[in-house]
Amino acid sequence: MKKDILIVDSTLRDGSHAIKHQLTQENIIDYAKGAESANIQIVMVGHGNGLGASSLQLGQSLLGDKVMLETAKKHLKKTKLGAFMIPGFGTIKNDIEPAIESGIEVMMIASHCTEANVTKQHIKYSVRNNLETYGVLMMSHMLSAPKLLAQALQMQEYGAKGILLMDSAGAYLPDDVTTKVSTLVDGLDIEVGFHAHNNLGMAVANSVAAILAGATMVDTTSRGFGAGAGNCQMEVLVAVLQKMGYETGLDLYALIDNSENIVSKIMKKPQEITAVSLISGLAGVFSGFAPHAQKAAERFGVDAKDILMELGRRKIVGGQEDIIVDVAMSLKQNKKFSSENYAIQSLL
Amino acid sequence: MIVTEKKNKKVPVGIIGTGNIGSDLLTKIMRSDVLECTIFAGQNPDSKGIKRAQSMGVHTSFESIKAIQDNPDICQIVFDATSAKAHAVHAPLLKKLGIYTIDMTPSRIGNMCIPSMNLAEGIKAQNVNMITCGGQANIPIVDAIMKIHPEIEYIEIVSSISSKSAGIGTRDNIDEYTQATSDGIMQFTGVKKAKTIIILNPADPPIYMHNTIYASVKDPNIELVRNKIKETVSKIQEYVPGYSLIVEPIYENGLLTVMTEVVGLGDYLPVYAGNLDIINCAAISVAEEYARKKLMTS
Repeated sequence: MKKDILIVDSTLRDGSHAIKHQLTQENIIDYAKGAESANIQIVMVGHGNGLGASSLQLGQSLLGDKVMLETAKKHLKKTKLGAFMIPGFGTIKNDIEPAIESGIEVMMIASHCTEANVTKQHIKYSVRNNLETYGVLMMSHMLSAPKLLAQALQMQEYGAKGILLMDSAGAYLPDDVTTKVSTLVDGLDIEVGFHAHNNLGMAVANSVAAILAGATMVDTTSRGFGAGAGNCQMEVLVAVLQKMGYETGLDLYALIDNSENIVSKIMKKPQEITAVSLISGLAGVFSGFAPHAQKAAERFGVDAKDILMELGRRKIVGGQEDIIVDVAMSLKQNKKFSSENYAIQSLL
Repeated sequence: MIVTEKKNKKVPVGIIGTGNIGSDLLTKIMRSDVLECTIFAGQNPDSKGIKRAQSMGVHTSFESIKAIQDNPDICQIVFDATSAKAHAVHAPLLKKLGIYTIDMTPSRIGNMCIPSMNLAEGIKAQNVNMITCGGQANIPIVDAIMKIHPEIEYIEIVSSISSKSAGIGTRDNIDEYTQATSDGIMQFTGVKKAKTIIILNPADPPIYMHNTIYASVKDPNIELVRNKIKETVSKIQEYVPGYSLIVEPIYENGLLTVMTEVVGLGDYLPVYAGNLDIINCAAISVAEEYARKKLMTS
């Protein structure tokens, strides 16, 4: 018998990146109602980088975390409300405690894939407070399968109910997914999930590969609404899974209606694989960097593609948006330098 | 001259905590003209730090604070490089013994000290707290900005450090780090709201400590801000040689941005551990100032 698959809905979290964190109360109300009607089990809500991440560094959200969570909570009954947090951006006292008061039932604690031990305090706290708690390893394309397992085991030890491998850069190919997910499935006692991005056009294929390798959880968004080239498109994946004979418990028609009638209106532009998104997938750079790189490219008169390739070379991790300006400025200086050199050399 | 007469006299110092911070402090003390490490104490006899200290000929103990309680005359200054939790226990004991204490943990028990800003006050207190590495690296810059534009209401700092330089203490207490740094910014500079972000980056070769300071401000006087920051940076460089301004203040759409970098001295951990170096250099400069005063009056 094929296992049931838990589809996590991060439309109101990852989608926040695509509209520079400007989700309105109306957006949240409309989508929460839609999610409820489609039988979605978990809806994640908030700033794209999670609780406490609204900042000058990453972009300030239109509404505070509390308003976003409480607005969603009011319109959810069966569907559970979830929040995401990266230690180093948010803290237990300033962010998790208030989120619990706002009514969250699910908590995802994320770290860069090599830094799982910074989540110890937060996972333990969330578990102690009866939240359904998951550990998330971001930018997981950067680490080998055995090393990912070692990190995931730490989160399991802290009490996480499951581990989500995040392809933050949209850099995985299906074979990578198979290797890494099956290593985690074999080595852990808890659930394994996958969160895809579509920079290389692989989001649905990678999510299917994850399920075939034993994952029981997939993190998706309606219409693919999300950072960079977007996420695994929920209604497409659910349709594919239906064809393959998997049970998700979701109402496919309702998901399609949500995508068509609600999310298309929240989106500022269709989710497409632009040059910058494609290059960031290729360079293995965090999907959320694309708009920042584009802005810095315009400001300093350099090519956004060069910025992204350089960020990939420097192995910059999610959250280091400030380095984009640094890289753009040094590219500009080098450009000036090389054109001056060229001018001098052509005189010789 | 008094100076020549006292040349070889040094103030005895104790270090509790034999991890990265304690071991790096020891290297720095070995170089000092006015400090001498007379006790290096931890809890674990097998610790790498204890073995290294022994090989350097330093008196060690694995009885932690008890080594000092049992022999209070062994030192006049104590560096506490354990944890915020442990310091809460150590602080009253050291106070009772009347030993000048430099707290390296984010406990926030003693008076917060940044040498370029309040060194004189720091040596008058019995217990000084070195805040956090992010606090040492960023508060003086925030203060420089606030001196020119006191109307700023919100400041944000982002520090990226190499994963290798973040020990288990930092990782287990990442929330305390953030909180102590934000509190330090507000207390020292008077800004109403401060946000601290810390990012651990595992890139190999490891990155240097990188700091970005953001301030929302209307029509800033960039020239004055730049000059004030440069002045501040040279003050910090007097005790942290690897500190530098890598992006001078830039302004766009209401946002002032400044970036600094800290390259370590490479004493215990390699040069990438600028975060470790800056808080230790700051602590040493406090200890040396205290020691010089002590030697002058004794």
